[in-house]
Amino acid sequence: MQEGKTAVNNVIEAEHLRKAFGDIIAVDDLSFSVAAGECFGILGPNGAGKTSTIRMAYAFSPPSGGTLRVLGLDITREARAVKSRIGVCQQENNIDPDLSVLQNLEVFARYFDIPAAEATRRSRELLRFMALDHRENARAVDLSGGLIRRLVMARALLNRPELLILDEPTTGLDPQSRHQVWERLEQLRAEGLSILLTTHNMDEASRLCDRLIIMDRGHLLVEGKPADLVRRHVGRDVIEVTEPAEGLAAYLTERGVIFENLGLRLIVTVEDGRDLYREISERFCNGSGGCIMRTATLEDVFLRLTGRDLRE
Amino acid sequence: MRPYSPISRRFFRVWQRNWIVYRQSWKISFIPPLMEPLLYLLAFGVGLGGLVGNIRYGGAEIPYVRFIAPALIAITVMNSAFFENTYASFVRMYYQKTFDAMMATPLTVEEIILGEIIWGATKAIIATALMMVVISFFGLIRYPEGLLLLPLAFLGGIAFGSAGMICTAIVPNIELFNLPVFLFITPMFLFGGTFFPVGNLPDWAQTTAACLPLTRLVDLSRAFANGRIDTGLLPDLAYLIAMAAATLPLALFKMRKRLIK
Repeated sequence: MQEGKTAVNNVIEAEHLRKAFGDIIAVDDLSFSVAAGECFGILGPNGAGKTSTIRMAYAFSPPSGGTLRVLGLDITREARAVKSRIGVCQQENNIDPDLSVLQNLEVFARYFDIPAAEATRRSRELLRFMALDHRENARAVDLSGGLIRRLVMARALLNRPELLILDEPTTGLDPQSRHQVWERLEQLRAEGLSILLTTHNMDEASRLCDRLIIMDRGHLLVEGKPADLVRRHVGRDVIEVTEPAEGLAAYLTERGVIFENLGLRLIVTVEDGRDLYREISERFCNGSGGCIMRTATLEDVFLRLTGRDLRE
Repeated sequence: MRPYSPISRRFFRVWQRNWIVYRQSWKISFIPPLMEPLLYLLAFGVGLGGLVGNIRYGGAEIPYVRFIAPALIAITVMNSAFFENTYASFVRMYYQKTFDAMMATPLTVEEIILGEIIWGATKAIIATALMMVVISFFGLIRYPEGLLLLPLAFLGGIAFGSAGMICTAIVPNIELFNLPVFLFITPMFLFGGTFFPVGNLPDWAQTTAACLPLTRLVDLSRAFANGRIDTGLLPDLAYLIAMAAATLPLALFKMRKRLIK
């Protein structure tokens, strides 16, 4: 990438970013950039270094090496300036349990030195935007998980940020709340807000992210648009065979088709699977098991690149 | 590492947050500082005072109740600030993650902790003011000298609150606060010249007591309440200022180490 000129349009520029906690290296030699107006995702299994990365991006945790510029400012030297211009949803729902819903926003706005009257005005406006205005006077701790999440999002928008950073925004939410959050994020993106988020929900990443990276064990594995990544790393079609008949693996190997044998299940990835699917379902799916063909998804890419081993 | 100033006036916002929470429960928060001195005055001043009679203080005989009333204020200053910046601050830091949320705003760790410590000192002032009202009804505080108890509560609050905050920066879990309470707070409460003159102790214990910050705070408090202000108080004052000047920066430093990972 050319120096200088492109920098202005990037809200985040990370170069050879590194984070170590003692002997443990959480993030190693990570470089990526987020363009203005873009929704950018960081994906990875638990312990991949997503949260460590994003914490550096909102000046919570100082990098151990490399450079990180947010909104064109150096994150170590100009942390306060960066923090006043970004909005952050941390992974824990750290709303203030001693305060009401409205007070949570009003008090938080004062941390940004927003004058009291303006703080109240913006708080009310954001409660409406997040469909929380009917709970204005409820104690924040009495809200359900989905409502708390929306309150945290409202809080992150109080300072009218140029960049919104969210660490696993929908983890632990029910489907209704999750979709509610997604709709709001789409709306904000449509209004031109730049968004950086971490997730291990592949639907979320495919739906929201213009571009994303997948990382594992502190390293960057791939970077690109969700659809491109699927095409590049998996193909178009996926055939899943449950309890395959004898000989399928041998048959596929012979034909040079890429597949994954999980014992009770066999997953075939292929560019155009129509003919192969017909053949497999006729010759190898006569038993009790099922045989389906579906479109390849980001989840296939994710599992292929990060493996199926359990983490932690 | 930090060319930008780590401390701005924004620490006031953290103080303000605690003030807003406090105001919501002021009716309950007011009760202990009002009731406690009444109970102590009744038990020690009237009950025990009848046995003790007068006590020598500053070259004169004064009633026992006059001797302990200012000490009760000093004890409250110590307790208000120390407990606010240990248990209460720890709950905000560890369980409620309030500091984490604040750290995602333009606030720095130093501002958050300074706001907390000044809040602890504010609670010491509030408690002192409430106790002064009660104690004044019994005519046990001389004015205007007694008004000096308020700035003294602030100074003592900063010193004991910062000491508490250092504990908060160190302890892995909330149960461990029992240790500084058991080792420092309770002995000071009993032996810091509070309920009997330090002079009644054996020599070695007198020397130890003179090193305890509460002893100094009690000395000052007793002098202000009885209107006996002289240069002999300067070492006590210097001690408390030095303690605050040492513990406050150390508390900020230790909390930065704990919170920034």
